[in-house]
Amino acid sequence: MAATTHTVHSAGPVAGSRSFLDRLRDGDELARLITFVFAATTVLITCLLVFELWTGSAASRHKFGLNFFFTRVWDPNSGDFGALPFIYGTLVTAAVSLVIAVPLGIGAAIFLAELAPARVSDTLQFFIDLLAAVPSVIYGLLGVFIVIPMMREYIQPALNNTLGFLPFFSGPAYGIGFLTAGIVLAIMVIPYIISVSREVLLSVPRDQREAALALGSTRWESTWKVVVPFARTGIMGSIFLALARALGETMAVTMVIGNTPNISASLFSPGYSIAAVIANEFTEATGDLYLQALIELGLVLFLLTFILNGLARILIVATSQRSGGGH
Amino acid sequence: MLRRFSALLVVALATAVSLYSQGNLLINGAGATFPYPVYSKWFDEYHKAHSNIQINYQSVGSGAGIKQVTEGTVDFGASDGPMNDEQMKGYQDKHGSPILHFPTVLGAAVPTYNIPGVSATLNFTPEALAGIFLGRVTKWNDPLIASANKGVNLPAKDIVVVHRSDGSGTTYIWTDYLSKVSDDWKNKVGKGTSINWPVGLGGKGSEGVTGLVKQTPNSMAYVELTYAAQNNIPYGTVKNSSGTFVKADLASVSAAAASAAKDMPADFRVSITNGSGKTAYPISSFTWLLIPSKFSDASKRDALKDFLKWALGDGQGLVEPLSYAKLPKDVVAKELKQIGQIQ
Repeated sequence: MAATTHTVHSAGPVAGSRSFLDRLRDGDELARLITFVFAATTVLITCLLVFELWTGSAASRHKFGLNFFFTRVWDPNSGDFGALPFIYGTLVTAAVSLVIAVPLGIGAAIFLAELAPARVSDTLQFFIDLLAAVPSVIYGLLGVFIVIPMMREYIQPALNNTLGFLPFFSGPAYGIGFLTAGIVLAIMVIPYIISVSREVLLSVPRDQREAALALGSTRWESTWKVVVPFARTGIMGSIFLALARALGETMAVTMVIGNTPNISASLFSPGYSIAAVIANEFTEATGDLYLQALIELGLVLFLLTFILNGLARILIVATSQRSGGGH
Repeated sequence: MLRRFSALLVVALATAVSLYSQGNLLINGAGATFPYPVYSKWFDEYHKAHSNIQINYQSVGSGAGIKQVTEGTVDFGASDGPMNDEQMKGYQDKHGSPILHFPTVLGAAVPTYNIPGVSATLNFTPEALAGIFLGRVTKWNDPLIASANKGVNLPAKDIVVVHRSDGSGTTYIWTDYLSKVSDDWKNKVGKGTSINWPVGLGGKGSEGVTGLVKQTPNSMAYVELTYAAQNNIPYGTVKNSSGTFVKADLASVSAAAASAAKDMPADFRVSITNGSGKTAYPISSFTWLLIPSKFSDASKRDALKDFLKWALGDGQGLVEPLSYAKLPKDVVAKELKQIGQIQ
């Protein structure tokens, strides 16, 4: 396979016929080696990370075993540690954020890529990129001073009055909790979905649109039935980028989630996430077991991200095979 | 991306600073965040008087301070709670010599609250505080609260308890006190910088807790006295072991230390919460510098000894403007003796 790519790229004699030193002198081989090292570094760092998390949590893994995943208690004083409330909080807030951010983000991306005039699209894109670069503590402050009071005074009572028969929208309205954290996360990840999806939509070949229009479809039909399905793989990619950010977000979440290890169907109730508890308790963690339990939480978060990313890959492969289009 | 860039910037700055300070003596310390304002003032003033000595302090938290000084990655540590016997032994085993505790200043934790329509200063009994934080006293008009606040119209509303979510010396002082006044608290919850709270919402940092209290009607929390004083946050009184309701201020916190000075243990590892003394504020505590008793570097040793003498003398004059309470004279005298043990 390597040989075929070389013959394609080198215009001169067949690459395989030249000596290694020749190629090295050309710079091709050197560039290949250097960039290979760069690429390998990312794998190496990931491996080191897992290794460190694995060895750093040995005593905790030993003591709690698989129970670590199913225990609801987190008590540094008695030395009982369980990850379940944190796993729950991480997944619930990420899910809430995606439920809000995916339709908004993709809708905005379709408008920017397909429907808006180029000048409007570029101007808006500038602001969206700006949003993506805002540090998360700023979003946290936004959450504390704007979202929390709004949630407590208006949104939570309104939801409770209309949809209160559902377990998700019952209970006292503190303003903080799973729903608030999910909303703040949604605000944070929408720029990612818009930016990436817009680029993907813009890169759909013109012929695809023209063919659809030539067959008599309306502009919206060509967008929704041809362009978006063509770009589906890339749009999925943007969603998983957003998911990864939502899972790992620390600062903004801890400022609005209520920091209480709690499992409750109500989205109004306070909760906790893995990243938030690590950030909160790591500096003051005394005692080996406590510290190791926190490191094991890091391992759990890594595992969670790994599994969800794996599922995402499978999903992408499955959908692109079924449709036969895209890539 | 941004984070990675800022990390690079920090490395570059650190390199620049270390290059600049070559030829000078650099002493590194790490630990408690609570006394950070007064420590940074001290190290700055001390550096002005001794330009060749630079003391660098990272406020990474008490737990990290104990860990780093035990591992020998810093020259001294600092903590809001004394090291426990296991930690003391860990240090002794690793270094072959003990670590010394030096109380530096005093702080306190105060109960703060936000009840719409109530502007009076509330009185809290130990039973009421333990009941609220255990989740047993759930309404503001509970007899346990109301009986100590005659004439205040307390609403029949649920109390929203707020606590620190990050590990903190303030939490240690608060829970140390509750452990002393309530057996239930001691047996079911215990004391520590992070604990398994029976009820309540967690706020990150003093500012997070205060923010939640300000925004949430009928809430209550604890914050450190310095933070409450500097931000004009109203707070209530607490009934001490002599039966007097005392409002925390510099005098009542110092009084708590003075009454504890009489039976101060030789290693200064003492909790002064719920102390005796008519005017003593019961939720007060020392904060400590953790100094190795043996240094391999004589110049660092001499510099730290000199700094300690200065901090216990002139340095004490700088703490009150920052809302910390001074050490009582007898404690200072005992500490000056302990400096002689540093070799």
